[in-house]
Amino acid sequence: MKPAPFGYERPRDLQAALALLGEASAKIIAGGQSLGPMLNLRLVEPQMIVDISGLAELKQVERRGDELVFGACVTHADIEDGRIPDVTRGAMPAVAGNIAYRAVRNRGTVGGSLSHADPAADWVSALSALGAKLTLRSLAGARTVTMEEFIVGALESALRVGEIVETIHVPARPASAHWGYVKSCRKTGEFAHAIGAVLIDPSLATARVVIGAIDAAPIVITNATELFGGRIAGDYKERFDGRVADLLLVKAGVANPAHRHIHVNVLKRAVCEAAA
Amino acid sequence: MRNERDFPSADGAGAGQGVGARLPRKEDDRLMRGRGRFVADIRLAGLQDVAFVRSPLAHARIRGVRVPEQHRASVFTAADLVGVNPIRAVSALPGFKISEQPVLAAGKVRQVGELVAMCVAPTRAEAEDIAAAVMLDLEQLPAVYDMRKAREPGSALVHEHWGDNVFLETNFEVDISSALDAPIKVSREISTARQCMSPLEGRGVVATFDHRLDQLTLYSAAQMPHITRSGLAECLGMEQGQIRVISPDVGGGFGHKGILLPEEVCLSWLTMRCGHPVRWTEDRREHLTASSNCREHHYKITVYADRDGRLRGIDCEATVDSGAYSSYPFSACLEAAQIASILPGPYLMPAYRCRTFSVATNKCPILPYRGVARTGVCFALELMLDLVAAEAGLEPGEVRLRNLVRPEQMPFDNITKKHFDSGDYPEAMRRALASIDVEGVRARQRKGEADGRLIGVGVSIYCEQAAHGTSVYAGWGIPMVPGHEQASARLTPDGGLELRVGVHSHGQGMETTLAQVAHEMLGVEVAKVRIILGDTAMTPYSTGTWGSRSMVMAGGAVATACRELGERAKRIGAKLLQHDPAAVVLQNGEVQGVNGSVTLKEIAHTWYRRPQDLPPDVDPSGLEVTSGYKPQRDSGTFSYAAHAAVVAVDPDLGEIEILDYVIVEDGGVLVNPMVVDGQIYGGLAQGIGTALYEEMPFDAAGQPLATTLADYLLPGPTEVPAARLDHMETPSPYTQFGVKGIGEGGAIAPPAAIVNALNDALRPLGAELMQSPVTPYRVIEAILAARDAERPAA
Repeated sequence: MKPAPFGYERPRDLQAALALLGEASAKIIAGGQSLGPMLNLRLVEPQMIVDISGLAELKQVERRGDELVFGACVTHADIEDGRIPDVTRGAMPAVAGNIAYRAVRNRGTVGGSLSHADPAADWVSALSALGAKLTLRSLAGARTVTMEEFIVGALESALRVGEIVETIHVPARPASAHWGYVKSCRKTGEFAHAIGAVLIDPSLATARVVIGAIDAAPIVITNATELFGGRIAGDYKERFDGRVADLLLVKAGVANPAHRHIHVNVLKRAVCEAAA
Repeated sequence: MRNERDFPSADGAGAGQGVGARLPRKEDDRLMRGRGRFVADIRLAGLQDVAFVRSPLAHARIRGVRVPEQHRASVFTAADLVGVNPIRAVSALPGFKISEQPVLAAGKVRQVGELVAMCVAPTRAEAEDIAAAVMLDLEQLPAVYDMRKAREPGSALVHEHWGDNVFLETNFEVDISSALDAPIKVSREISTARQCMSPLEGRGVVATFDHRLDQLTLYSAAQMPHITRSGLAECLGMEQGQIRVISPDVGGGFGHKGILLPEEVCLSWLTMRCGHPVRWTEDRREHLTASSNCREHHYKITVYADRDGRLRGIDCEATVDSGAYSSYPFSACLEAAQIASILPGPYLMPAYRCRTFSVATNKCPILPYRGVARTGVCFALELMLDLVAAEAGLEPGEVRLRNLVRPEQMPFDNITKKHFDSGDYPEAMRRALASIDVEGVRARQRKGEADGRLIGVGVSIYCEQAAHGTSVYAGWGIPMVPGHEQASARLTPDGGLELRVGVHSHGQGMETTLAQVAHEMLGVEVAKVRIILGDTAMTPYSTGTWGSRSMVMAGGAVATACRELGERAKRIGAKLLQHDPAAVVLQNGEVQGVNGSVTLKEIAHTWYRRPQDLPPDVDPSGLEVTSGYKPQRDSGTFSYAAHAAVVAVDPDLGEIEILDYVIVEDGGVLVNPMVVDGQIYGGLAQGIGTALYEEMPFDAAGQPLATTLADYLLPGPTEVPAARLDHMETPSPYTQFGVKGIGEGGAIAPPAAIVNALNDALRPLGAELMQSPVTPYRVIEAILAARDAERPAA
């Protein structure tokens, strides 16, 4: 399990990194928690590895009005340990603290995890539920996309050749918005086989509901009234209708009833957690 | 019950280090500091690395191997290995069909990962680059991927000339017709998944040739270096004296390191061909997909019982997926054929029938993993006994107590003529039931759990035949039959003791426990006893470490050699004391007589350094003894344990948590109870892996689907509960000190106890699981199936 030969560049700034990405078959490495094993297994054989882990520009954090904007190279542990401010009232630090193992969290980055687009990864579901947006940059310029637009499928993102996740924009969570995040893993630190993430604001009658860790992009429900029996109000927990979630899973191609049963119940737990 | 002759130092000042002492392990000082020396740590001048081109297909005809021109000198295929014999592990059991495992595939490949070519380069990465450039031209054949379909007519054939896919079929019967009218009759199909043994250290090989000695030296992470040498000599057509096998520190064996590898043969040939040392280190993907597997059993079983839960008989058809080839030396049939002889275990029954099939498939060869067939057998029988209990309206524990062999029946021959040496099985079960508090669990079940989970309690019990020797293995007729085990004991000039044994230690702590045995016999401080093992040039021949035999066999041999060494020291000491040799005793490391004493150190110093002080008529045989040992009966020791578990299962998510776990074990006299505790905890972790996590699935093309540890789940620290251990100590009447082998037991009973507990928890829902591992999906599938079954009736 040794990687095929590849070139290695560690650019000094983002501009230089973007210039290198124009090269054929270049791959970005940040924390290397997914790409490292993939290289060793020769599942990917890029000609060039562009190491962005030294780029200070991608570790910036700032509060811009109602949202937090942080660079793609912020690690899970940075969030877990509170080294970047939390605008989600504890939601993001709690998600970060349960990603894989501490060793993975020390090196793994949010931008890397999103770019890899593994449906079982926590940020893919959690940031979808939180309504995060991403700024993607290439030499041609920058564009901003929603999480739903960004995650196209399993291991498939909207990134174009030469493009990189630059920043993540997380809207502040108002006090009236309830958060629930539940995942089911076969053992501590493993990838989840079911994720439920909900952000429900009964005072505004809005909800963002995510069913994640399916073999596709997560199911993101922005109009969730049907899921709660026709309206989103203070009694949303009692009104949660698992059959609606089950139908959405069928539509998303989850054929196995046992799998759907687990997904629906994980989502139900997330709803209960939000209501607690 | 202790024989005092067995425990000479028991009352001496040296007590505290002998048999029974909880000494910290000597070897841990280096191993825990990262100073162990494993195969991959070995650096030899000129060493080059090997990577293999392995078959990507489970079953294919090889049309060609295309080697790029620039790599011709670095790549070797079957055509190069002129005169190298395939690996053949035959069994003399009637009807056994022989497989020949070419060390590099020729003609056909029969499993994913089979070696096709070897590539040598200065580094492993470069060798892998060369391997990636070699193109295989393969004509895919239908894969034999399901052991039960493999027996159906028209199945593709792994070895065409056999005419079918069955290595061996066995039949055993005692009066099954007498059981058929029993009022309770329960039938099920039960299965255990295919597993990978997953030691921390994989296999690894370094080979080099020394022209001065005219000797090949093979460093290999191996449990049985002497057997490896024999197998290697047969494959390479060399004299055994021309081969030295060294097995340095080994990071866990469990059976995986008990076989002769084609890689070992390949690298031995290659170093002689290339003239420089070569190395291959198994990586985790090779281990998971290409090496050896274990545990895949299927049972069609019916248990007959009376209304009071007493067993009337068992009827079973067992199938084991043996993989493509018969491994050296255990053969492809050990696992399945063993099922027939061990299924009844410690239970009384008047009737029994078992038919077994060892089936060839296009998968890695199967190997005896810790517990061998016992884990599957225990799983099958103990799950069935819970069903008998449910039918009889009894507590599962009560059904065990009514059927277990009783202490007054010992020694006892069961229905398959297994000879149980000693023990009180019902007592172990009673203690486990009391400790797990079955009544408390029942009360809690009636009340229900606040979090909505369901809890259940399960028990299991097994016997572990260990250190079985000549009389047992002669019948199998496999390439290895253990005889007398030998050990060498030598006093050094400064009064230290060197012991040479042919078994190996790969986590068992034998550098400590064998020193404790020597201390018991001679009173030499454990710190001054050096154990030399893992080297065919330095140690007496032995079949090595497997079958939980080392403490019984090598421990017995060390005691025997030390006893003889003690007698020689006494004869010299008596001369120095000017005593009649019959009037001196050896105690606390000194020879004592009425007019004084002389220490072993003084005796050794005089013998080696000041022979002028010895009288001319001194015994000339010296202070180095090689002697051999076999227990009075070599049909094996029988240790046993009752396991009890309480689990909670989440009926919405299928998640399972082990809330409590109790083990009551009886391994005879324990040389070092702390080492035994460690063995039990380690075995338990592996048993939990079998119960809940580990599974190597295959698709219909014979592709292994769990290719990394992200897919092949092993239990970690958070998955293994702090089990509570309780020891009983019934000595074996046949062995030195009354010891019994205990190395494997921890891994035998957990799947049965845990799944019984789970089924107990799920009983209110009508759901039942008869398969390992139990995963969240399988739990939910069982619950949904039970719901579907209820619906039409409603």
